[in-house]
Formats: sequence, structure tokens, C-alpha cells
Amino acid sequence: MEDMNITSAQYFAFNGENTSIVAEVNGIQMSVPLDPANRHYAEILRQVEAGTLTIQAAD
Amino acid sequence: MTSNARELAQIPSTPSGRRNLIINGAAEVNQRSTGTVTNGEAYGAVDRFIGFAAAGGTFTLAQSTDSPDGYNNSILATVTSADSSIASNDFYGISQRIEGQNVYHLGFGSSAAKTLTLSFYVKSSVTGTFGGAIRNSSGTRSFNFSYTVNSANTWEHKTYTIAGDTSGTWLTDTGIGLRVSWSLGDGSDRLQAAGSWGAGNFAGVTGQTNLITTGSATLQLTGVQLEVGSVATEFEHRSFGEELALCQRYFSLNCVGTGTATSTTVIQAQIPTIVSMRAAPSIAIVDGTNAAGDPGIAFRNLTGITGTVNSNLNGVSVQLTCATTNSGNLHEVYANRLSFSAEL
Repeated sequence: MEDMNITSAQYFAFNGENTSIVAEVNGIQMSVPLDPANRHYAEILRQVEAGTLTIQAAD
Repeated sequence: MTSNARELAQIPSTPSGRRNLIINGAAEVNQRSTGTVTNGEAYGAVDRFIGFAAAGGTFTLAQSTDSPDGYNNSILATVTSADSSIASNDFYGISQRIEGQNVYHLGFGSSAAKTLTLSFYVKSSVTGTFGGAIRNSSGTRSFNFSYTVNSANTWEHKTYTIAGDTSGTWLTDTGIGLRVSWSLGDGSDRLQAAGSWGAGNFAGVTGQTNLITTGSATLQLTGVQLEVGSVATEFEHRSFGEELALCQRYFSLNCVGTGTATSTTVIQAQIPTIVSMRAAPSIAIVDGTNAAGDPGIAFRNLTGITGTVNSNLNGVSVQLTCATTNSGNLHEVYANRLSFSAEL
């Protein structure tokens, strides 16, 4: 297995625009940019596509 | 002897300049300290090396000062929970993922693919034949190498020459160009014979020793070098500063910045990265205690990250949460409190 354990993900919005995702990755809270080259963002999108993760809307 | 002949005689028989495709092959840079690898993947210790594990077993990665002559450090894997029955599809191992931009010249996936030679020092508490692999980003092409640990707890030098892969898709951009991995244990579906390319995601060799099945077993690596050609040349020792800068393209703890408290609990900080990173970085708090300063007034503990406002390869604007501070004041954010990750 070569995988990440992502237990939560929520968009962060600035001035009404989503600019990042705050996620719990392998037990660590991190702010993930919306950059397809970022491995955490790519993995979030992969898990969303697989139906195993949902990104919550920004507060 | 003519003057031209004398000059030619002084040219070394081995290639000069940057030869080693591996970053931090001597395990000198260790920004994260120790880490545990369990049911997933983790950059635990020793920069640029990642551990991966299935659900059944765990191991730690750490930097060790135990090393062969000519080296100061090694990467040490220690089995902390053995997996005595590895499932057919499971992986355990240590890997370095090399950026595509750094390996485009290998010509993999074309008829011009170049031969590579991998060399490294290994020391293990368990003897036997071990396996490893060179794989592409998608895990559809694998070459498996084997090496034998002859004596327990003894440093041994290993080399393996790998014919370039003329097939498959190999990224040459900022993604994973190729992966070099050392197996700590693989299920039957992840094994193939050593010495040839195969279509699939094979991390180990048939009949290999699986370190993960032995509790407290250890495996150490250092002097890791992957180079073009069929000869293992002397390890390319780079300066610590150069090696650190190469690592900081992928991970950094030392960024510092300033920002304004937009409320009594949020500081919006602008933090430049030390070198241009591979991708916009993910940000995490590694030590929030006294991580920010309200200059002339007090240190502030950072308790969380609200979110990244903007980021690129050279810096970020990020909102950080603290217990309480003075709204409107300029704040400092100190080094070694936040991590910036653009790992592969």
C-alpha cells in the first residue's frame, strides 16, 4: 500500500473564493493549496473521485 | 607526450560533475527527526526518503550515526510491529521519488533509454536476499533488483546495473520521474524476478527476505547513488549546504515571516520559502509553542491553521490561529514552527 490517510477536508475561502483545503492527513492538520502538483491536493482529489472522501464547504 | 596527451591523461576515467540522481544519499539532512510508518506512506526521517507500509506491520525511520567509513550517517528502518502474514497486494519499503525534471535526460520510454547503475551501503540484522525496484510514476513499469546481505549487522557495499526502459510512460515534469525503492516486505502480487522490466507495480523480487516479518529487525542504507552508465563510481559527496538546499525544494522547516493580526485569534502571515519549491507547499504546525511574536509584548502560541490565502513556489500567505493576541499588531512567525511540504 502506498497511500495517505485523510480523515477530513474542508475548503477555506478568502473573500468568497476557495483558496485552500484544511485537511487532516496522517493525523496532522495541514493547509493544502489548490495546486494539482501538490501531492496532498492530488490525493484529496483522488479520494474524492473514489468516493471515499468529501470536501466540506467553507464556513 | 604532447601537451594535448598530457591534458587528456588528466581527465578522470569516470564521469565528472553532477552524477548522483539521488538527493541526500548519505543521509546527512534530517529535518523531521524520527517518524513512524504505519498503514500508508510517510516522510518520517532523513529528507527525500519516504516509507510506505500496509496495515499489518509498522516500522520507524530514523537518522543513525552508525555508518561505514567515509560517511557520518545512515537511514535506519526498525520494525516495531511485525507482519507475519503479508497480504498478496501489500507493500513495505523505503523509497526515493525523483522529480521528472531531474531524469528527463535518461530517455526512459524511448529507444534512447540509458543504462543506470545503483550503488549503496546496506547493513541489516537479518541476512538473505533482499529486493528493490525502479518504477515509474503510475506503477505500470518496474525493474526489480536483488542484493544479498551476507553477514548480519555488517556494512556491505552493493551495486546493480539496470538497463534503461524503452517502454512505458515516464514523467519529465515536476511529477515523479522515477521511484527507487528498497523492499522491507511484499505480498506475492508485488514480486517478480530480478533483472528485467515488467508491466506492473512490483516492489520486490521473488523469494526475497521480508524484513517486516521479524520484530525489531533493522535495515540501514547510506551512500546511495543512482547514476548513468554501467559502472558504480565513487559516491558523490556534496556539501551539506548544497544537499540541504536540494532537500528544501521539497520540504522546509526554516521559513520565517511576518504578518498582521486580523483579529484577536488570527494572524495573517506572509512567509517566503527558502528556495523555490517544486509545487505550492502544504503547511502544517510542527511546534506551536511561542511560534509567533507580538514584538515587545509577548510570544504567542499557534494553535491551528485557518487556511492558506495564497501560495506559489516561492511563498505563502496563510492565516494562523492563536489563543489570543492584539488585533492589528504586526507579528513575527519564527523558524522551525511550521513545515512547508512540496514532496513528491
